[in-house]
Amino acid sequence: MSLDIRLPVGLFFLASGLLLAGYGLLVDPEVYARHSLGQNVNSIWGLIFAVFGIIMLLLVRRTRIRESRQSPKEKS
Amino acid sequence: MTTPPSSVLLELAWVDYLILGLYFVFVLGIGWTLKKHLRTSSDFFESGRSLPAWICALGFVGANLGAQEVIGMAASGAKYGLLSAHFYWVGAIPAMVFLGLFMMPFYYGSKVRSVPEYLKLRFDEKTRALNALSFAVMTVFSSGISMFALAKLLNAILGWNFDVCLVASSLVVLVYIYAGGLTSAIYNEVLQFFLIVLGLLPLVLLGLQDIGGWSGLEKQLASYSAGRGMPGAWTSTFAHTANPADNPIGIEWFGIVAGLGFVLSFGYWCTDFLVIQRAMAAKDMSAARRTPLIATVPKMLMPFLVIVPGLIAIALFHRGGSADLPIPVTADGQPDFNMVMPSLLAKYLPNGLLGVGITALVASFMSGMAGNVTAFNTVWTYDLYQRWFKPDASDAHLVRVGRLTTVVGLLISAACAYAAAQFNNIMDAVQLVFGFVNAPLFAVFLLGMFWRRATGHGAFFGLVLGTLSAAIFQGCTVPVSETPGLLKGGWISVQHTFASSMAQNFWMAIFAFTGCFLGCIFVSLATRPNRKEEELKGLVYSLTPRLPTDMSVAWYARPVPLGIAALAASILLNLIFW
Repeated sequence: MSLDIRLPVGLFFLASGLLLAGYGLLVDPEVYARHSLGQNVNSIWGLIFAVFGIIMLLLVRRTRIRESRQSPKEKS
Repeated sequence: MTTPPSSVLLELAWVDYLILGLYFVFVLGIGWTLKKHLRTSSDFFESGRSLPAWICALGFVGANLGAQEVIGMAASGAKYGLLSAHFYWVGAIPAMVFLGLFMMPFYYGSKVRSVPEYLKLRFDEKTRALNALSFAVMTVFSSGISMFALAKLLNAILGWNFDVCLVASSLVVLVYIYAGGLTSAIYNEVLQFFLIVLGLLPLVLLGLQDIGGWSGLEKQLASYSAGRGMPGAWTSTFAHTANPADNPIGIEWFGIVAGLGFVLSFGYWCTDFLVIQRAMAAKDMSAARRTPLIATVPKMLMPFLVIVPGLIAIALFHRGGSADLPIPVTADGQPDFNMVMPSLLAKYLPNGLLGVGITALVASFMSGMAGNVTAFNTVWTYDLYQRWFKPDASDAHLVRVGRLTTVVGLLISAACAYAAAQFNNIMDAVQLVFGFVNAPLFAVFLLGMFWRRATGHGAFFGLVLGTLSAAIFQGCTVPVSETPGLLKGGWISVQHTFASSMAQNFWMAIFAFTGCFLGCIFVSLATRPNRKEEELKGLVYSLTPRLPTDMSVAWYARPVPLGIAALAASILLNLIFW
C-alpha cells in the first residue's frame, strides 16, 4: 500500500481535536449554557478526537515496526 | 445564477472555517500523495486491487453516506419515525450479506473490471451496453443532484453563494480523483466516514440528553403519534405494519419485506457498480467477500446517527414548537423536514464543534459525489470508450481518458445541478427513471448467476420488459395525495391508489422485478444459449468450483461466520425495536 490511510486520519483528528479542546477553554460559558446544556462540548469532544487521532497514529507505528522486523527476516 | 438565502440558520466563527479548511487540506493532500504512486489504468480505476478489507468496507459505506443518507434519512426519521430504519435493517443488511457470500466470488473471481463487463461475459455485448449506458447516465445525474443539494443547503443555512459552493465542491472532488483515481476516492471516503460519525455523534447524544433519554423520546413521540391517529407508530419498526393505515409510510409488512427488503435492496447493493467497485478494489478474494460483510457493522448502526436526530427533532418540535427547535416551517404548519439536521446543528453545537458538524455535512455530500464520479469514469472508459471507440487503447491512453472523463463527468453533473435549480421537477423525474431502470436489474443478475440456461437475448429483453412493467404500473397507480400525471403516476388510467408515494415505489419494484424475471425466463427458453458451458465457468454458480476455506484469517473473520453474525444482529435489532 502506498499510503497508510490511518496516518492522515490520525493527523487530522489529532490536529482538529487539539484545536477544538484549546478553543473550548476560551469560549464564554454562557455559550455552552445556550447551546449544549451547559457542557463544554468543544473541549470534551476535542479530547475525544485527539485520543482517536493518537490511537490511529499508534496503529501506524505498530504496523511500521512489524514491517521493519519482517523485512530483515525476508532478506535473510 | 445566485439564489438568495431564504433564512440563514448558522453563523460560523474563525475556528469553524479553520476546521473546514483543515479538512480540505487533508483531502487534497491525500490525492496529491497518491498521485506519485499511480502508474497504470488498474491503479486509477481499480486501486490496483490492492486494498485491505477494512478500508474497502469503510469506502463501501462511505460512498453510500451521501446527501440522501445524512439529510434525507434525518428528514425521513422525522416524517416516518423509526420505520425509516427498514432502509437499513431490512433494506440493506440481508442484501450486503448475499453480495459478500454469493455474488462477490463471480464479480471478483471473473476478473471483470466493472459490473457491465460481467454482463458481457455472462450474456452478451448488447446487455452490457444497455446496463453501461443507463448506469453512466444515472451516476452523472446522481452526482449533479448531490452537488445541487450541497450548494442549496449551504446557501440556505449559511448564506454562502450558490455558485461558489457548487464550483468549490466540484473542484475539490475533481482534484483528488484526477490525482489519485479510485484509491484517492476510497481513502477520502474513509476519512469522511470517521468525520461524519464523530461529527454527528455529539448532536445525537446532546439531543437525547435534552429530551430525557430514550424513554423521554418515546414519551414525546407516543403523544405525537397518538395525536396523528397512529399511537406508537413513530417508535416501532413492524408493530404497526399489519394495516397500511396504521403507520406513517402507509404500507403493510409484505410491501416492506418484498419491495424494499428484496427487490430494491438487492437491486441496489448487489448490482450497483458504485458500491461494488469498492469491494472489487480489495487485495484478494477473501478481502473482497469480507468487504460488504464488514460494512454491515457500521451500516446497521447508522440509524442511530441519522434517523434518531429526526426523531429527536420531531419530539422537540412537539414539546415546545419553534421555541424548542428553531426549524423553518412549511405553509401547512409542519416543520421543513429537510432542515432537521441543520436545525439541530444550530441548536446544540456551539462554534468549534459546529465547524466539525458542517464539515461532516460537506464531507457526506462530497463522498456521494466522488463515489458516483469514480464509477462513471470507469464504466465510460472501459465499457463504452474502450469497447466502441478504441479497443486497442494503450494503458496510458486509458488513464488519460479516465482523467478527462472525470472532468467531463463533473461538468455534466454541474449542468444537472443547475438544471435541478431551474426546474423543481427534474429531481423527481430523475428518481422516477432510476426506479424504472434499477428495479428489474437484480432479476437478470440472479438468473445470470444461478441459472445456466439464461441467454443474452433473455437478459436484454428481460430488462426491457421489466422497465416497461415499471412504467405501466406507475401509469396505472397514484399516491392518494397526488394529482395523476407523468411524474406522480396514473397517466394511463388510475386503477389503484396508494397511501404514499413510497408504498407506490415499493410495489412498482415488485412488478418490475417480476416482469423482468418472467420475461428473461420465457425469452431464454425460446432462444438458443449463446455461451458454451465451458465459457460460463466462474460466472454461474452451478458451473463454478466451490472456493476453498480461507485459512489465513481467524474462523470468526471468514465470510460465512461474518454473514451469519450480521444477519443475526439485524434480526435482533428488528426484534428490539419491533
